[in-house]
Amino acid sequence: MSSIIAAWKNLGYQRALRNFGRRTRRAGIGSHLFKDIEHLVRLAAVMAIALVAFVLLRAAVVPHSFGQYGHYRGAAIGEVASRPIAFAGHETCEACHTDVVEQKKLGKHVVVACEACHGALAKHADDPSSVHPKKLDTAVVCARCHEANSAKPKGFPQVATADHSGGLACDTCHQPHRPKIETEKTETAKMVTEGKK
Amino acid sequence: MDISRRRLLVLLPAAAVAWKFVLAGTPDAAPNYKLSEHWWAMLIDIPKCIGCGSCVRACAEENDVPEGYYRTWIERYHVADWKIERPEVESPNGGKQGFPAHAEDGGKNFFVPKLCNHCVDSPCTQVCPVGATFVTPDGVVLVDKSYCLGCRYCVQACPYGCRFLNPKTNTAEKCTLCYHRIVKGLTTACCEVCPTGARQLADLKNPKDPIHEFLRTHTVQVLKPHMATGAKVFYNGMDGSVR
Repeated sequence: MSSIIAAWKNLGYQRALRNFGRRTRRAGIGSHLFKDIEHLVRLAAVMAIALVAFVLLRAAVVPHSFGQYGHYRGAAIGEVASRPIAFAGHETCEACHTDVVEQKKLGKHVVVACEACHGALAKHADDPSSVHPKKLDTAVVCARCHEANSAKPKGFPQVATADHSGGLACDTCHQPHRPKIETEKTETAKMVTEGKK
Repeated sequence: MDISRRRLLVLLPAAAVAWKFVLAGTPDAAPNYKLSEHWWAMLIDIPKCIGCGSCVRACAEENDVPEGYYRTWIERYHVADWKIERPEVESPNGGKQGFPAHAEDGGKNFFVPKLCNHCVDSPCTQVCPVGATFVTPDGVVLVDKSYCLGCRYCVQACPYGCRFLNPKTNTAEKCTLCYHRIVKGLTTACCEVCPTGARQLADLKNPKDPIHEFLRTHTVQVLKPHMATGAKVFYNGMDGSVR
């Protein structure tokens, strides 16, 4: 600390400030108001340095995109948006699995998206040859929606699975992509899809 | 300003390189997406909800939501006869595994899916002391993970209980309306898997969106309208007992 003070004295700033004060007094500029003006000049210098330091520090610390759209970091929007997806979306599935699309069109499950039952399969869509979806257990998957519950809408098809099938897998009788049992039509639909292959 | 011939020769290639960067712009996750062209909302058709829990599972998988926390969840309401002010509400594990079958218990029973309402005047955004949460220009309330201090003000401020503190990152977390999906033109994970169409993503700035026709022709309500949060999740066929 003492070395800093010594350096300050050596630079002769104090003498310069005193001389500055004398000169202004001699010139008669505000001789009453600014009696010892060197104090004010010193204070102004300190404040100016503080202001410059603040502006520089603020520019360095506040991210560039802060305030781009509002009181937040604009780049955060892009960061949230850059997350990879897990569900490919039914349009992606339908681009390849056209046979299933045809089957679903004939039944009520046409409105149910593929990944509602099959799970998130964006990885399979990206690399169909090495990532394979798991085979589903229809006894579990179908019950998620169709197990009876008094809070479900009355028009929605529901069964108490224990009474209805006794734990038997649903696809023993129903075809999941086209669930209504219409033997004749199902046979025809199968022939149609197999013929297309 | 005087530029010597030598100086100009140095400057020209530099300017050419700089101009190339200007033309290229900043690389973006979704280059064709314009923030100003969208205003996102969601429609929930309560009479269609079957409480299957597909949305809760899909949300957890899509967004890596920690076990025991929910960005969206389903509530089962039971309103006994006239006791509209005292509904019995349950949400076992957020409805993630569906709901146990109840014996016919009389009264009224129904499911209500819940999620962040992406409020226009969102209380959570207003209380954040550091600007870590905000409403985007396309109407989605997001959290800046790198700015969040984990002070939990927003968790307390949300009147819908839609926020929580992620135990791994210790930052506030909430539904992003699958922002990473909607900027790519996909729907949210919950809407994608909803088997009955009880959830519909809606873009209020798109005049062709079916939401406009729906809002015109149905009795639609938002949650806690007296809070004046500007909630943008619209509920069709919502009973007065829903909190």
